[in-house]
Amino acid sequence: MEQIPVLKLGEFLLVSIQVELHDELVLSLQDDLTSRIERTRAKGVLIDISALEIVDSFIGRTLGHIAAMARIMDAATVLVGMRPAVAITLVELGMSLHGIRTALDVEKGMALLRQSLDDAE
Amino acid sequence: MITIAKSTQVVLDIRSSDQVNLARKAVQDWATRMAFGTLERTKFVTAASELARNTLIHGMGGTLTIEEVSQNGRAGLRLVFEDTGPGIPDIQRALEDGFSTAKSMGLGLGGARRLVSEFDITSTVGQGTRVSITQWKRR
Repeated sequence: MEQIPVLKLGEFLLVSIQVELHDELVLSLQDDLTSRIERTRAKGVLIDISALEIVDSFIGRTLGHIAAMARIMDAATVLVGMRPAVAITLVELGMSLHGIRTALDVEKGMALLRQSLDDAE
Repeated sequence: MITIAKSTQVVLDIRSSDQVNLARKAVQDWATRMAFGTLERTKFVTAASELARNTLIHGMGGTLTIEEVSQNGRAGLRLVFEDTGPGIPDIQRALEDGFSTAKSMGLGLGGARRLVSEFDITSTVGQGTRVSITQWKRR
């Protein structure tokens, strides 16, 4: 079965999506991530979507759900690498992804996660 | 199943979520082959994705016709989504926005309309819905 790898990096989980997402795949990522957060006690999740050409309302909404679930489980989520065309399309579609933190690239995203960890301590 | 009617037109079934994915991929491939700009392509494929999902979930399945069109020497890509589902009683309301408000029907039709050059919808309760979208290439 198709699966998106979730890597553990210290206190964080790292997900780099390298295939086009579809409904089932993003839902299985949601299940996967929440169970990994529980198992690893991760404090943050970084999701790299720089390879994604399409983020429709379902995928956008599910990414928002992932961030909300992670937050309830005491983990911060940062979405990084959104392509400009995807950002424009999401806004025109009426999805502002409020409630989900974003950063331009993986490096800035990791910095945000570390900062959120420091703030919590 | 792919039925080739003309060299510039294909008809795809949308009766399972796998076929929704295939339809999205087909539209992406066509738009790429026609050398649409990145933004035009991204918007169009995203709109197609919303509408294909509607056809499956709200229309109880149907078909997508992909067609290359031209007007005054301008090339475009047209998609027609047709289903024989329950139909939409109030199209104006369905076109209102709101993935976030409980009031809207959440079909994403208003959003999809903003992403394309042309948008046309007809629906008859008890008979089905037909949505046509066209993206024209920038000159």
